Amino acid sequence: MAEGSVQHTALSLLDHLPVLVVLIPFLAAPLVVLIGRNWLAWPLAFMAALGSFIVSVMLLAKVRGGEVLSYHMGGWAPPLGIEYRIDTANAFVLLIVSAIAVVILPYARASVRVELPDRHVPLFYALFLLAFTGLLGVAATGDAFNLFVFLEISSLSTYVLIALGGYRDKRALTAAFNYLIMGTIGATFFIIGIGFLYMATGTLNMADLAARIAELPDNRTIHAGFAFIVVGIGLKVAIYPLHLWLPNAYTYAPSAISAFIAATATKVAVYVLMRFLFSVFQPDFGFVAETLQYIVMPFALLGMFAASFIAIFQNDFKKMLAYSSIAQIGYMLLGISLMSETGLTAAIVHLFNHAITKATLFMVVGAYVLRSGGSFYRSLEGMGKTMPWTSAAAIVGGLSLIGVPGTAGFISKWVLVQAALEQDMWWIALLVVASSLLAVIYVWRGVEVVFMKQPADDVDRRPAPLMMIIPIWIMAGACVYFGLATDVTLGAARDAAQGLMAGPGPLLLGGH
Amino acid sequence: MTEFTLSFIVGHMNYWLFTLLMMTGLYIVVDKGNLVKKIVGLNMFQTAVFMLYISMGKVTGGTAPIFPTDMNIDPEAVYSNPLPHVLILTAIVVGIATTSLGLALIVRIREEYHTIEEALIQKIELEKATREIREFGETMGGPE
Amino acid sequence: MRHHLILRVVTKLLVGMIMLFALYVQFHGDYSPGGGFQAGVIMAVAFILYGLVFSVGQVQQVLPVWLVHKLVALGVLIYAGTGVYSMLTGYAFLDYAALSPHHPSHGQHWGILLVEAGVGITVTAVMVAIHYAFVGRAPLISDEEW
Repeated sequence: MAEGSVQHTALSLLDHLPVLVVLIPFLAAPLVVLIGRNWLAWPLAFMAALGSFIVSVMLLAKVRGGEVLSYHMGGWAPPLGIEYRIDTANAFVLLIVSAIAVVILPYARASVRVELPDRHVPLFYALFLLAFTGLLGVAATGDAFNLFVFLEISSLSTYVLIALGGYRDKRALTAAFNYLIMGTIGATFFIIGIGFLYMATGTLNMADLAARIAELPDNRTIHAGFAFIVVGIGLKVAIYPLHLWLPNAYTYAPSAISAFIAATATKVAVYVLMRFLFSVFQPDFGFVAETLQYIVMPFALLGMFAASFIAIFQNDFKKMLAYSSIAQIGYMLLGISLMSETGLTAAIVHLFNHAITKATLFMVVGAYVLRSGGSFYRSLEGMGKTMPWTSAAAIVGGLSLIGVPGTAGFISKWVLVQAALEQDMWWIALLVVASSLLAVIYVWRGVEVVFMKQPADDVDRRPAPLMMIIPIWIMAGACVYFGLATDVTLGAARDAAQGLMAGPGPLLLGGH
Repeated sequence: MTEFTLSFIVGHMNYWLFTLLMMTGLYIVVDKGNLVKKIVGLNMFQTAVFMLYISMGKVTGGTAPIFPTDMNIDPEAVYSNPLPHVLILTAIVVGIATTSLGLALIVRIREEYHTIEEALIQKIELEKATREIREFGETMGGPE
Repeated sequence: MRHHLILRVVTKLLVGMIMLFALYVQFHGDYSPGGGFQAGVIMAVAFILYGLVFSVGQVQQVLPVWLVHKLVALGVLIYAGTGVYSMLTGYAFLDYAALSPHHPSHGQHWGILLVEAGVGITVTAVMVAIHYAFVGRAPLISDEEW
């Protein structure tokens, strides 16, 4: 480095947006612990989430035109330095995650007060912020190893958050333990894969990796690395046969955490899968296309049906939703495996629509749990009469889960069917409709219990607190709004799909 | 097709060891019923990956990548690649966090279930689930 | 360990040296092998050893639980704060050149020193916190039953 005065152009606040989105919650997490006051923990967490949300809205607005933002950590240019690289796909995922966090935090305040002991409250919000930071970091980073680190930050804090459900039901502890084992195996597979790629190419930057992999199409090391990465991320995504950690983890976690991770964690993992399949490895490579066609697609279809069937026979509302999540992940993977722009658009738009739908439903169940003490169908009988507003939101969420026209769920399934028909795969379109019929059955079971039965005499008849109803209805409203006004989500998803299909683009050395 | 000559086998020693250690760890995680042993297996599994990375950074004849303090750098000197070590330092920290969290969960599990054997835990959970189905389960078509 | 006189005497002698060695590793980290991770673990060893040989109660008089928790957060904040400072002065996040704009290589020294200090504090505190968390738990079965 040269001695003496050095020329330097100062960066403005706008240049810092790609790092700010991750940094704000990351700074807030230790602050919450350091201050350690129960009443300050929530406002800090909420302000941080709000800050991230505003930044991600600005980011999405900036990159919608097709511009790619590149931020150089510590001023070190890629491929040596760590790069944060924001294109439409990233920005869209950042927006989903931060929007969900902003809506769920007010809800969490009401439910945490009841479900957790007071002394854990600041640590709960610190962990929530760390999980949130991890998810945002995974979405924002353009460096494969950095992605692993953020993935582990979010996973480790999620394990603890799930285990906090142990105050209500001790099975949360074993659920968290199983998730820890499976998640760690997944993450370790992922770094083995990254290691193989590094061996073959000598780089960790995703754009640089893509350029170098393109020169080595028949390299066995890269094939092995690809296999490890797909299986590793597959565990985090909960692709059907790798889903075993998911049902118990979602069922026994604290209500707010169920809603948060169901809406974000698997979605971010799906994004990582898309990023690796389409940006780092291009689908015109034989082995990527074969993997998608012969492995991902059959398992996606299997998951759609098998998980929906299991969901029908559950006695527990929350567990039913968990299995339905696995089935819905099938739709996203199906969209990815079609390998077309429309298919990818369907997958991305379903990321968003399923996130808001599941957030609504899990928040509704959380409100039920608050009053009835359990999420079994038997203990939810007649909730439609005692908690009318909450239950009405459950109907909206349920319709969106099925994919009834006028709700968000319909849009993504419509695009998915279109993508299948585009390639003359009418049987896939039929299967999508058929599995939606299974969703009708399991949603109906819930509706029947909540509305058609009489509440028991000894039940707590108070409605849910306002702090819960407002977030629930913001999400339920979003389910309807994005079912009618499709330009925003569908447009952004289409841009994101185009960006992903176009490959990673050149290294941006001149960025900030 | 590569021939399995002696030099091929010896020359790829680090990969053989990596595979052996990794599969041993994975086997322990899958097979053993004791939760602490599962964590031990998980640790072995992760250590195998550390070994893979660190052996990858070795450059034949390379020395430690540290410049002398007077910055008199020998242009002929060959340095090992330090990047894999740095990555693994991070991965080790993640590994420690995972291990301690896993052990902490085991402590909590033992307090609640009074056992750390997976088979017994599953038995307790099954009993609990059966009880719940009897109490809360909706009978579908069957006798009430 | 009331009766193990040798252990108690040796520990008292060792703890100081372990801490000194930790500081050596900490401050030589920017131009020789070492740094916050290693130094933090060594520093934590001093506390853990003291706690093992004497008692958790005694080591917690020196380093109480609440302080450990705050230190975990403080270290992270020092690290991130360095980055935020460089952002505020118009450089990229964690660009150490910001710490000495006219002499970037000095800035690198300052930067790594600050960041490693943060890492060291956090690692020490985390290790001690893990130790406290496990040791502080009352055993369900007494030692004789093992």
